[in-house]
Formats: sequence, C-alpha cells, structure tokens
Amino acid sequence: MDAQLSLTVDGTVHSLTVDTRTTLLDALRERLGVISPKKGCDHGQCGSCTVLLDGRRHLTCLALAVAYDGAEIVTADGLAADGLHPVQQAFLDQDGYQCGYCTPGQVCSAVGMLDELKEGHPSHVTEDLVGEIEPSEVEVRERMSGNLCRCGAYPGILAAVCEAARG
Amino acid sequence: MRELEYLRPDSAAAAVAAVADRPGARFLGGGTNLVDHLKLGVASPELLVDISRLPLTDVEAYDGPDGSWLRIGTNVRNSDLAAHPVVRSRFPAVARALLAGASGQLRNQATTGGNLLQRTRCVYFQDVTTPCNKRDPGSGCSALEGYGRYNAILGASPECVTTHPSDLAVALTAMDAVVVVLGPEGERRVPIEELYRLPGDRPELDTVLAPSDLVTAVELPSAAANEHATYTKVRDRASFAFALVSVAASLDLAGGVVQDVRLAWGGVAHKPWRARRAEAALRDRPFDEDALRAAIDEELADATTTDQTASKVPMVRNATTMTLLRLAEEAAR
Ligand SMILES: Cc1cc2nc3c(=O)[nH]c(=O)nc-3n(C[C@H](O)[C@H](O)[C@H](O)COP(=O)(O)OP(=O)(O)OC[C@H]3O[C@@H](n4cnc5c(N)ncnc54)[C@H](O)[C@@H]3O)c2cc1C
Ligand code: SF4
Ligand code: FES
Ligand code: FES
Repeated sequence: MDAQLSLTVDGTVHSLTVDTRTTLLDALRERLGVISPKKGCDHGQCGSCTVLLDGRRHLTCLALAVAYDGAEIVTADGLAADGLHPVQQAFLDQDGYQCGYCTPGQVCSAVGMLDELKEGHPSHVTEDLVGEIEPSEVEVRERMSGNLCRCGAYPGILAAVCEAARG
Repeated sequence: MRELEYLRPDSAAAAVAAVADRPGARFLGGGTNLVDHLKLGVASPELLVDISRLPLTDVEAYDGPDGSWLRIGTNVRNSDLAAHPVVRSRFPAVARALLAGASGQLRNQATTGGNLLQRTRCVYFQDVTTPCNKRDPGSGCSALEGYGRYNAILGASPECVTTHPSDLAVALTAMDAVVVVLGPEGERRVPIEELYRLPGDRPELDTVLAPSDLVTAVELPSAAANEHATYTKVRDRASFAFALVSVAASLDLAGGVVQDVRLAWGGVAHKPWRARRAEAALRDRPFDEDALRAAIDEELADATTTDQTASKVPMVRNATTMTLLRLAEEAAR
C-alpha cells in the first residue's frame, strides 16, 4: 500500500508518497537524498540513524515513515545551517571522531541529551532521583550509551560532549 | 516483508474494532519492537493500526474506592514516565527500571503498553531460519541445546525456556500494578501478575490478552512500600544491554521488623517472577542478612539450571540480598 505524507527536514517541507513498509531512515536517505543520518545496524542498536524529531532525539531505523506524517526533523546537517552548532564545534575541538560514520548520530544524540539534562531528567547513574544533576562524565557516558562508535573514538566523543555540556 | 496496510484511527474504540475485524491486524505503538520484527520476518501483519497518536498521554492521580492510584496512559513514552516528578518521588523502582532499559533514543520512542507487550529477545525467536515454538508452534525449541545464557531458571517448560525482556514489567509486578485493557467487549482491569503467562504447552502466548485487546493505561497503587523501592539490573555491560537477572524490591521496616516487602525478579522466567514465597518468609519477622538469604533460597528451591544458566542462581541471590540490605540501610537513615 502507498501512503502520502509530508515531512519537514532541516527546514524544507517535502511531500512524498511511500510504500507503507518504508522506514523513516530509508525515506530520508533514498527518497529525499538526506544522507546525514547513517544506516549502521538498522535494528536500533547503534544510534547512527539518530535525528531530532519534533525536538527530541529519535532513531529513524525502527520507525515507519507513514507513522511520522507531519513530523519536523532536524539532522546533523541541519544543525549547521547557520554555522556549526556548539556540539559540532566541540567534536572538532576534541577530535570526537575517526571515520565519521557514527558522528551525525552522535551529534544529534548529544544535542537531544543536553536538553534532557537541562530539563533535569535523571539517568540510570543518577544517585538522587529528585535532586539536582551534575553533567559529570559518568552521566554523559550513560546518557550516550545508545550511540556506538566502531572506531572506538569514545575518549574524544566523551570530551566533546562534556565540553558542550559545560557550555 | 509482506504488503502492509496502515490505519490511524482517531479513537481507542475504533482501533480495537479495526484489529478485531481483521485476523492479520496488529497495534503499532512506538514501533521499536514491532518494526524490528517486520524487518526480521518475525511478525508479518497485513494491517497496522497505529495507536501512537491517540491522546492516551496523561499521568494523573485519582482516588478510587480501593485507595489512590496513579494512572498512566499507554502513550506516555518511557523517557517521560521516568522523568515524571510523581514517579520519581513515589515510585522510584519504576523510574529506575525504565532508566535501566534500552537507550535514550529508544526510551523517547517506546510507549508504556508497547514496553509491556514487547516480545522475547531469545536469539532463535528472532531468527526465522531456526525452529522456535514461540514463533512457529510445534517447530521445536532451539534454545534447549543452543545458546542459553538468557534462558529461564524458573517456571520454564520443555516447549520454551525463554525469559521476558521488559525491565518496566518487573518493577510493575513488585508494585502490584493493574493494566487497563479495552477489548471488543469493553474495558477491564487486569492485575499485572495475571497478565503474563508461563509457557506451558502454549509458548506462543506471552500474555492473557487477545490480539484486539488494547492496553489503554497502567495504574499504580499508592502504598508506603512502593516509595521505599528500587531496581537492580545485572547485565553484560554497564549500559544498553538486556538483563541477565534483575530485582525490583520494596521494603517497609518498623523497629527492625518487616511490615511489608515486595520482590520481583526479571531474567529468570517467561514472566516477571513475583517472589511470594520469599516475601512470606520475611514478612512480620526481624530483618537480617541470614533471614534474607534463607528466604531467597526458599524461592529458588525449584530452580532448574544448565551449564549456561547456573550462574543466574548466585546472581539473583546476591543481587536481591544487596538490594534489600541497601533499602534497609536507607530506611535506617
Ligand atoms: C537495541 C534495543 C535495546 C533494548 N533494550 C531494552 C532493555 O534493556 N530493557 C527493556 O525493557 N527493553 C529494551 N528494549 C525494548 C524496548 O523497551 C521495547 O522495544 C519498547 O518498549 C516497545 O515499545 P513500543 O511502543 O516501541 O512498542 P511496539 O514496537 O510498537 O509494540 C510492541 C508490541 O506491543 C503491541 N502493542 C503496542 N502498544 C500496544 C497497546 N497499547 N496495546 C496492546 N498492544 C500493544 C504491538 O502490537 C507489538 O506486538 C530494547 C530495544 C532495542 C531495539
Ligand atoms: S526458548 Fe522459547 S523463544 Fe527461544 S527458541 Fe525456544 S521456544 Fe523459541
Ligand atoms: S541504524 Fe538505527 S540504531 Fe543502528
Ligand atoms: S568515528 Fe568511525 S564509527 Fe565512530
């Protein structure tokens, strides 16, 4: 079955017709030519397909495009529309990548994660569920665990996200 | 993947009717499990009925004839539930269990009902080239002889030895949560302990729900014990991994004597395992480590293990001991 939908991606509105089985990731990459989100595992396990969807970090591989009609999506590419986003600058400053494949997902995840921290959301490693939260290294590691890096650039990624968290 | 129709009804009743009308129809929540299963060929519905935009998103307290409850709409996302101020302060085990599950992105997407009804992570269940009684009844169970580190140690059957993967479900089991279900005949309330099944000779059924039963909400009873509660998860890596075993526990002590204790285990059975025998052995008695270990061993008396699961016995014993001792310490402060 085909379905019609509209997606706003990095500020541009797109209308498209997709087979209902198309994932959001395939719709972005194959249909709209938006190749910043990457296909790593295609099963929710690596985070490389992460975007900001209606303002929150979200995978696109375990999502059917048809279910996201009307969504507003920002990719790592779109974050740089008016110059580098502070998180992207921090990745440059701290050498937060090697091959770069996981990087767009890491960047979107970090941006979404920093908002969650700002809103005071606790994590698995937060000692006091109702207290103030320090954006410590331990917190950042836990909160970024949904993004794998096959090159193992974790020390740089961690340093970059911590730099961005300190603002 | 087979041809797929998609429907987004604008009410819960319409969603239930749409699934009841079509044998090949399934509800779609956040999709983090079902979309994976479409790709793997584990599920091949003809019609997806998308319920993820139904306005079942409130978290609200209400007083009923049997006390006060916190009602959580099924479309509350796992991340929002874990961050909810009332859940954090009054049901810490629920917040902890959610935060121990999956990743930040997945929790933003996963719904409350979808989390409870996610299917097993047994590697053979997910691999359509291998026999699996749960996926393909009567085909056999590959996990009996194969990879079995995540297999059950309690309540398994020769037909299926897998475990339930949800962390949230374990916490809800310790809290005596109730699942609100809308079916073609109307609404009913199912205590979570009655929701899940042991595999027996029908391993294809995870729960007592029919395909057209829609989970609309989960309700948590207010109880002192639920406030002094926590969740411990033992896994292969520090984050983003399913449980080998897990423990949801709450403890209410007065003068060193157990007033109330609730204990549920994850990773040990086809359903979250409420450790009622251990609870009974502890209740109304002085609390100390020896009594605690003896009570846990009573619950584990019927455990059956293989070379691959033998480690789960000391794992769950020690994790439970540690968790309850910590709760007792906190209560003493
Ligand atoms: C890489 C990875 C790691 C994970 N790690 C963990 C973990 O550590 N701990 C953990 O607990 N979980 C973990 N999960 C599982 C995750 O929590 C579940 O996939 C998620 O909670 C399912 O929710 P959903 O809304 O996306 O469900 P969906 O995928 O939409 O649905 C799941 C099932 O429930 C049915 N359904 C959905 N909503 C309803 C409803 N309201 N009423 C009736 N039926 C319904 C669907 O038909 C389907 O059968 C992990 C998942 C992935 C991909
Ligand atoms: S343990 Fe259950 S789910 Fe796993 S292969 Fe056997 S029947 Fe299938
Ligand atoms: S491609 Fe989506 S999580 Fe790996
Ligand atoms: S930089 Fe190569 S995968 Fe992360």
